[in-house]
Amino acid sequence: MSVVTIQSVNKVFGKAPNQTVALKDIQLEIQQGEFVSLIGPSGCGKSTLLRIIGDLITPSNGTILVNGKPARQARVDRDYGIVFQAPVLFDWRTVEKNVQLPLEIMGKSPGERAARANKMLELVELNGFQKHYPYQLSGGMQQRVSIARALSFNPQLLLMDEPFGALDEITRERMNAELLNIWNRTKTTIVFVTHSIPEAVFLSTRVVVMSARPGRIIQVIPIDLPQPRDVETREHPRYYELITQVREGLRGSGGERE
Amino acid sequence: MTESTIPGALVQGAENDVMEALEADVAVPQPSRARDSMKIVLRFVVVFVLFCIAWEALKFIAGSPWRFSTAEGAWLNLLWFPPLDFKIASDLNMPHLWDIFGALIQPAQRNGPPLVNVLAQAAVVTMQAALVGFLLGTLFGLALGTLFAHSTLLERALVPYVVASQTIPILAIAPMVVVWLKAGWWSVAILAAYLCFFPVTINTLRGLRSPDPRAIELLKSYAATTWAILWKVRYPSALPYIFTALKIAVTTSIVGAIIGELPSGIREGLGGAILNFNQYYAITPPKLWATILFTAVVGILFFISITLVERLMLRNMRKLEG
Ligand SMILES: Nc1ncnc2c1ncn2[C@@H]1O[C@H](COP(=O)(O)OP(=O)(O)O)[C@@H](O)[C@H]1O
Ligand SMILES: [Mg+2]
Repeated sequence: MSVVTIQSVNKVFGKAPNQTVALKDIQLEIQQGEFVSLIGPSGCGKSTLLRIIGDLITPSNGTILVNGKPARQARVDRDYGIVFQAPVLFDWRTVEKNVQLPLEIMGKSPGERAARANKMLELVELNGFQKHYPYQLSGGMQQRVSIARALSFNPQLLLMDEPFGALDEITRERMNAELLNIWNRTKTTIVFVTHSIPEAVFLSTRVVVMSARPGRIIQVIPIDLPQPRDVETREHPRYYELITQVREGLRGSGGERE
Repeated sequence: MTESTIPGALVQGAENDVMEALEADVAVPQPSRARDSMKIVLRFVVVFVLFCIAWEALKFIAGSPWRFSTAEGAWLNLLWFPPLDFKIASDLNMPHLWDIFGALIQPAQRNGPPLVNVLAQAAVVTMQAALVGFLLGTLFGLALGTLFAHSTLLERALVPYVVASQTIPILAIAPMVVVWLKAGWWSVAILAAYLCFFPVTINTLRGLRSPDPRAIELLKSYAATTWAILWKVRYPSALPYIFTALKIAVTTSIVGAIIGELPSGIREGLGGAILNFNQYYAITPPKLWATILFTAVVGILFFISITLVERLMLRNMRKLEG
């Protein structure tokens, strides 16, 4: 079943004389359980596309269906969770209360919220940090809290906008492994924006290569590396082939890679 | 065995260590709150004493001649003629501190109660009006700020008038309020509120707009209502801004109440006392100074109360919110 269907989507920012065409004629179909990465030069509209899928902005034209519904309806039905590059935690709330926030808003009972938050914190390996405040955690741990929060209400679709972009290389690789672990366990469909080619290849089932402005999809590369992925994946010859393939795709995209 | 195969188990261990180090850092013995407030009081007293010494030192160098007990045959008859003569340091402009404090315990009027009692009663009258004015002004400011934060249209349309309202001297507004509400206590409160609401409005607006736009987007992705966003994100983020405004407003409310008393025909408050002692300043300057001192103390009390509420709320926000 297709979770996201994007048909002929265009997005234009601004009015006539200084218009920015951010997205041009985007077609994309994402199936249940896929891990799709969007990669492309800076400013090519990756975030814009993600925000359109999440109904945070509306496309200038074209249609977006999430779980067969208009994106607006999917948002109202709480079909997706979002993780940004910054953790965006609320510093007056403890870790567990941050994770519970979506559940509070959805009117869940305190008992259910606590149980759910604990389960999610276990999933992101942060058990025991329930009562800590965000400032007491490292950047990587904060981002894990924000992932736990996004997953707390069991969304069918996880939208992640360069979630590990601010982390150092070592932490990033660990987080990649953890994210795959979570993905395997929760079976959530993930749309993941990144500008790291190895990250995209390591994580994804498909990599969508976008061109510089106006953002178009120029290539969709299936990543046929064996599952589950682990440390050995990064030594697989196919891994390097695919990295080269994505890099070449990007070379044809115009503009500099970030 | 399962432990080590979980990706991130290693990370967990490493970060736990970091956390222990962090917690050790947090657990460094912190000065107790009691000692903290002791320090604050001590600092205040030291500055006050220094100020008193400077005041008298200036008078010693350039004030009016010092005379202690000019009575015939007194056992101590001290006379000192300061070498310089500054008008500002004369007894008329800067009475001796003991004269000011002395004025407090002497009767305000012949055979009346001591000035402290009179001023304390006046302070209560003024404080009541100021407090009600402060609360009204704060509520109005919060409401207006919240409204503006949600409607750029209203903000653009109304903020100029709000700003304009503050450039009109309160003395020009006072007669209207007095005619509207009749001379009396409520007009005083309204005039105090009039001076209070402005900083609260502006800072509430600013504070409500302060959250990271992505925080708002996050809440939207949970399909949160505007109301939920307001209470879960906007107000908590705005609290520090709001308290800054409240500190300004609470001191302004006293000024507002004192000035408001004059056209409202209230003579029992500090405004009345100031007006009264103004007229006799040439004869008994210490009385006006004593009144000023009293007003300052009221202001400080108000300010401290807000600071305490702020501390309590910001600390408990964590508990309240979660
Ligand atoms: N709200 C906006 N208003 C105007 N232009 C925007 C807005 N958001 C994004 N853009 C423009 O759209 C283009 C794509 O932006 P974005 O999706 O953030 O790129 P990416 O995430 O791929 O780096 C950029 O040129 C950017 O300047
Ligand atoms: Mg982006």
